[in-house]
Amino acid sequence: MPGPYRETDLTEKVEAFLSDLKRGGSGTGPLRGSAETARETTALLRRITAQVRWSSAGDLMEVIRKEGRRMSAAQPSETTVGNMIRRVLKIIREEYARSRGSSEEADQQESLHKLLTSGGLSEENFRQYFTALKANVIEAINELLTELEGTTDNIAMQALEHIHSNEVIMTIGRSRTVEAFLKDAARKRKFHVIVAECAPFCQGHEMATSLSKDGIETTVITDAAIFAVMSRVNKVIIGTQTVLANGGLRAVNGTHTLALAAKHHSTPLIVCAPMFKLSPQFPNEEDTFHKFVSPHEVLPFTEGEILSKVNVHCPVFDYVPPELITLFISNIGGHAPSYIYRLMSELYHPEDHEL
Amino acid sequence: MADSGVSGGADKKDNIEREKIEGKELTKEEKQRLRKEKKQQKKGKEKKDASLPQVSVAETAAPASQLKAERRARQEAERTSKQSKKGDTGQPATTSKPKIPPNELQPVVKRLPEHIQVDDPDVLKKLAKKLERQQIPRRLDYGYKVSLFSHLLQYSRKAPLTQQLSIPSAVIHPAIVRLGLQYSQGIVAGSNARSIALLHAFKQVISDYTTPSNEELSRDLVNKLKPYISFLNQCRPLSASMGNAIKYIKKEISNIPSQFKEDDAKKKLLNCIECFIEEKIVLAAKAIAKSSIEKINDGDVILVYGCSSLVNHILCEAFEKGRKFRVIVVDSRPRLEGREALRRLVQKGISCTYVLISAVSYILPEVSKVFLGAHALLANGYVMSRVGTSQIALVAKAFNVPVLVCCETYKFCERVQTDSFVSNELDDPDDLIVTRKGETQLKDWQQVPRLGLLNLVYDVTPPDFVDLVITDLGMIPCTSVPVVLRVKNVDLL
Repeated sequence: MPGPYRETDLTEKVEAFLSDLKRGGSGTGPLRGSAETARETTALLRRITAQVRWSSAGDLMEVIRKEGRRMSAAQPSETTVGNMIRRVLKIIREEYARSRGSSEEADQQESLHKLLTSGGLSEENFRQYFTALKANVIEAINELLTELEGTTDNIAMQALEHIHSNEVIMTIGRSRTVEAFLKDAARKRKFHVIVAECAPFCQGHEMATSLSKDGIETTVITDAAIFAVMSRVNKVIIGTQTVLANGGLRAVNGTHTLALAAKHHSTPLIVCAPMFKLSPQFPNEEDTFHKFVSPHEVLPFTEGEILSKVNVHCPVFDYVPPELITLFISNIGGHAPSYIYRLMSELYHPEDHEL
Repeated sequence: MADSGVSGGADKKDNIEREKIEGKELTKEEKQRLRKEKKQQKKGKEKKDASLPQVSVAETAAPASQLKAERRARQEAERTSKQSKKGDTGQPATTSKPKIPPNELQPVVKRLPEHIQVDDPDVLKKLAKKLERQQIPRRLDYGYKVSLFSHLLQYSRKAPLTQQLSIPSAVIHPAIVRLGLQYSQGIVAGSNARSIALLHAFKQVISDYTTPSNEELSRDLVNKLKPYISFLNQCRPLSASMGNAIKYIKKEISNIPSQFKEDDAKKKLLNCIECFIEEKIVLAAKAIAKSSIEKINDGDVILVYGCSSLVNHILCEAFEKGRKFRVIVVDSRPRLEGREALRRLVQKGISCTYVLISAVSYILPEVSKVFLGAHALLANGYVMSRVGTSQIALVAKAFNVPVLVCCETYKFCERVQTDSFVSNELDDPDDLIVTRKGETQLKDWQQVPRLGLLNLVYDVTPPDFVDLVITDLGMIPCTSVPVVLRVKNVDLL
């Protein structure tokens, strides 16, 4: 029978994805980029929408929420998974609302006015059945996928607006978005890039070799030299793992120091982050914000005698507050950090913030 | 004092002024050398403006004269600005030469060390000549240098200077050869360690020294030491503390009265060196430890960076006195000196945490105080220390954690500096290469045309990041460093 066969196939795919997530986040830097994770998640959600039996929008949302919770739990630090799930949920809501004929703004945001005047109208239970809903949702998810595929190029296209000739640009670690951004600018302009190597993973080395092979004048510095060199830097351009709801960042460790040094020298700090990295989380959850990896990276086992008497920490991420950031460049253009909350409300529905 | 009739080129003038400031007499040889160099310069500049002291700024495009003119103009500007406020570096020469016309060079800037003028071919040529005369091999640059630092030297550890020396070396005392090798390979590292090793080597040199028949010990010994110092400088540029130690020794040597017998003179010199080490380093460390213990309270979480012998000493003393605290050691690539500090502290029984410098903003909310060591304290209040120190001070300031710098007074130096570029040291760039998971990304960095590796050794911390400096003279704010220098200078004179 086609039904069960397809369902086992689907569960297989989901399980494979989950184990991939668990393995991929072993802390030595993402084995897969966030863009790939986002694409795979969305493709998987499209498959779930297509293959799982559901009768109304509410059922579909339940199924997606359930799978989504499992996927986020597999690798909590990989927030793009959760973000994509919330995007798809929002798509479903929108399509449902459109099928029902009601205008989209009615369900948009909760405001005090609406709460007082509308009364019980916010009781949407998505129980109605529409025939065209499935096709519409799948089409919208396809649009989302196309958008995801073009994010890096969209960001890179904006490079020439921000980089002029003979500049010295500093970056840290390795970000594919920033790499594409700089390479695009290098086609027309000549500038110098300083890469901080970001110990202990030293991903800055890869970034430097890749940039210099493209003809960009690159220098690798150690993390300790960031402040020393900052006085000659014109711009700091970094990537990030997540953009938080308050406009702050969860970026690779060392970024906070870089941001403070840039602030001290009044150097603009530009963050290149596609929209799928925007997450509705806030940074106040102390125990879930940080992720640690094996301290072997910091103090190897060859230092045997003192290992047992010493605490060693190896955090992977850093929190950067929004006051230190000058500009976000995303695939839909440039924004100030104070605008992030508005973008977030357009991408995600408030009820989906908690999956 | 010296003959004020010498009106030669910029370098010689500064040489003389430097010697005057150091309060020594120009020896016969030095006078001869001066005259020779003056003649050479006159020959070289015959095509250009003949009157050397009157070179104006709008001159021909010849690099030598342009450089001199620029330096003269700069020194003019500096002189006028210095005369407008109280000169605290105590330049007696400025006031003692009323005969010289006002646009003559004034010795406000001491002679620039050669190791920060590598991009100037004239300076390099002079250095090569000097080294040839002293029969010391010259160490060559290695690798692609980042353009911002083209004025500094960059050596490779794999090509030590001693490979070019014959063994046994006729010119250089073997203790000095050994010391130079230890410096260049990084075996002896750290400002105090280097100074103490230098002084011990000089003690050996002095005890093995015999005065030649028609020379005086006070002058000849100083001349003997010059090639040794050049050699050590070639192995690794001298640190500020070493510079001060050398100045002290030279002064002691030249102050030996001529009626002393050789044995007595040597004994006196050895005694002086012992005193210097005892007072300025050992006792100073004890005094600083005593003051710092007042600043360490029970329950403190103290952050230290890298391996500073003084800070380690302070922490060990405080632990022995019974204070309860724990230490966070921050380390950075590629030197990873923090591991040495970690070992010493753990051996004492202090509970420690270890992180890399990129994790500093994670760990700093737990920290109550930051103790930093210094390589030198500059006259404008900046702290010159291992690269990364300024970063730690910056982040500590952002989290409102007090930063205390511990430094002995013999490391105070009259230079001023505002950024980490002009006067720094570049270490071997190959140190940055690392192999992770079997892959070495930067293995062939020399082949890639536009890739440079930068391995800085020092950086300067602005005084607004530092809350307190603990010295053997007491606890002072960063901005009081020139006051201490003035007091010290008055003492010495």
